[in-house]
Amino acid sequence: MSEEQIKNLEQQFEARIARDEKIEPKDWMPEKYRQTHIRQISQHAHSEIVGMLPEGNWITRAPSLRRKVALLAKVQDEAGHGLYLYSACETLGVTRDDLYGQLHSGKAKYSSIFNYPALTWADMGAIGWLVDGAAIINQVPLCNTSYGPYARAMIRVCKEESFHQRQGFEIMLKLANGTAEQKDMAQDALNRWWWPSLMMLGPTDDKSVHTEQSMKWKLKRKTNDELRQQFIDQTVPQADVLGLKIPDPDLKWNEERQSYDFGDIDWDEFWQVVKGHGPMNKERMKARVGAWERGEWVRDAAMAHAEKKKTRKEKQAV
Amino acid sequence: MKNENLYNYILGIADNSLILGQRLGELCGHGPSLETDIACTNISLDLFGQVRSYFQYASKIAEDGRTEDDIAMLRKERDYKNVLLVEQPNTNFAYTIGRQFLFDAYHLMFLKALQKSADLTLSAIADKSVKEVSYHERFSSDWIKRLGDGTDESHEKMQDAINDLWTYTDELFHQTEADKIMATEGVGVDVPELKTAYYNYVNEILTEATLEIPESKYFQKGGKQGIHTEHLGYILAELQYMQRTYPNMEW
Amino acid sequence: MANTKNWPLWEIFVRSKNGLEHRHFGSLHAADAEMALENARDVYTRRNEGVSIWVVESKHITASNPENNGELFEPAQDKVYRHPTFYDVPDEVKHM
Repeated sequence: MSEEQIKNLEQQFEARIARDEKIEPKDWMPEKYRQTHIRQISQHAHSEIVGMLPEGNWITRAPSLRRKVALLAKVQDEAGHGLYLYSACETLGVTRDDLYGQLHSGKAKYSSIFNYPALTWADMGAIGWLVDGAAIINQVPLCNTSYGPYARAMIRVCKEESFHQRQGFEIMLKLANGTAEQKDMAQDALNRWWWPSLMMLGPTDDKSVHTEQSMKWKLKRKTNDELRQQFIDQTVPQADVLGLKIPDPDLKWNEERQSYDFGDIDWDEFWQVVKGHGPMNKERMKARVGAWERGEWVRDAAMAHAEKKKTRKEKQAV
Repeated sequence: MKNENLYNYILGIADNSLILGQRLGELCGHGPSLETDIACTNISLDLFGQVRSYFQYASKIAEDGRTEDDIAMLRKERDYKNVLLVEQPNTNFAYTIGRQFLFDAYHLMFLKALQKSADLTLSAIADKSVKEVSYHERFSSDWIKRLGDGTDESHEKMQDAINDLWTYTDELFHQTEADKIMATEGVGVDVPELKTAYYNYVNEILTEATLEIPESKYFQKGGKQGIHTEHLGYILAELQYMQRTYPNMEW
Repeated sequence: MANTKNWPLWEIFVRSKNGLEHRHFGSLHAADAEMALENARDVYTRRNEGVSIWVVESKHITASNPENNGELFEPAQDKVYRHPTFYDVPDEVKHM
């Protein structure tokens, strides 16, 4: 194809997206569109499966049977969401194994928040309430993104996630209305998860490298700063309902903006975690790589068995 | 307690699901593939669902104000009545599948018999559970065949697991005093009657999986009397951690 | 020795209730058809979404090429006579 033809195709392509048409796997697409989508969708998928770890580690210790089944179902959903997203990514011509390879080698990123430790039961509440809350703000607009398989995966994810945040909030509510010890536990969890939740929505707009292009392709409908503001504005009143205090002395309602002003985020900490030096980065990778390596003989066995079965069937047919 | 035998009988059933569910819960997020991870969690969820039905019923019978959670999480080591098989660790996926299959094959036969219980609550729980456990058994027996008749490595691992776990199978067919009384009253299942069919079926699947049927005649027992392997203490340490550390609180 | 062959991809179709057609739900990996069915049950019908599942290995699906969309689909656009609104019927005629 000549350069001119490609340029022509690109213009038609951008026009289709601007008209809100969906792009499907076999459609022509610019290489950059493909690569950007592989990167974003796989990051999203990785976040789901790494995100299973901090909560998964509390399944055996959940304080009641009701909480235990809810948490199990939630962590299982995260596996499901990872699976939907990897599948969407595979329509772009990469395999799940390739994507795992990128995750395990440290080449691919995932949400920075999962590199923090889940230390107490209240962290299950804080993760559901804050982390899922922030994730939903990010995810709902993606149900309408331009790439069909991603949009469809996100519709399923959002539908299933609707119970996750409520599950977390309910845990917090029970603690907040419980004994002094329980309330302290809830406040401590909020203190530790608040700032990482704000960071999770990404670097400030002036530092964000992918925003403009992503907006055009509807991979992003709002900027990081807008999302963060939305998250804060909707979460502060929820903290009031819980009777918990957001750990930010500068947090204040701004009548003029009809929004909350908030204090400075420690971006050094954010970049440290993103670059692989958060409290749990190494542990999380060790868990993922370990599960994958320990599973190899199992996956191989299943393939070998399938092939044997097929051969036997073919022989019978002859 | 008016009906202590029934209470103990229910605990004997429920503790198996509780401890096995707990073991499977350990694996969530660490399975050999995402699909398998999701499947094992589903089994765990089914088991905990059953546990809740049993303990809610037990709580009614006990009439001492203890809730399902008190019964599940606030007993001492010696008061847990699960069989030794279900507390065995997830040494590797072959052990997980071996433990699951050896239990599922029993569990399914047990529940089919429990469906005929004179106790309507128990028969109703069995009616619901039998569908879930039919699927568990299908899942685990399929995996026994895959691993047994897969690669040389998987065959060896699967055989090792079966050899090690075999010693815990006989206990499935033991009866406590409560079990015997409940069976006589038509409430409980006469488990010794299931034994021949169990081994016939298990042997059939193992043979199809190209695995050797262990010949050992030495079996372990004691779980039903609360004499467990060393593993149970650790399982309970996690299961009970919150309830023990923060007593008398609601979650 | 490990053969490191990956589980192939399968497409999953679920009938959500009798009377409706099977609809494409998504895909997953499985070593064989039986496992694909079991995985589909566990992955795609956790919330009571289905009464029947079809699985087909993705490589067996032949798809039309969007580059041919012009010749494949546009010719149907002007065949208005295939639709009932093309035909004039007086208002007095009911139920037609």
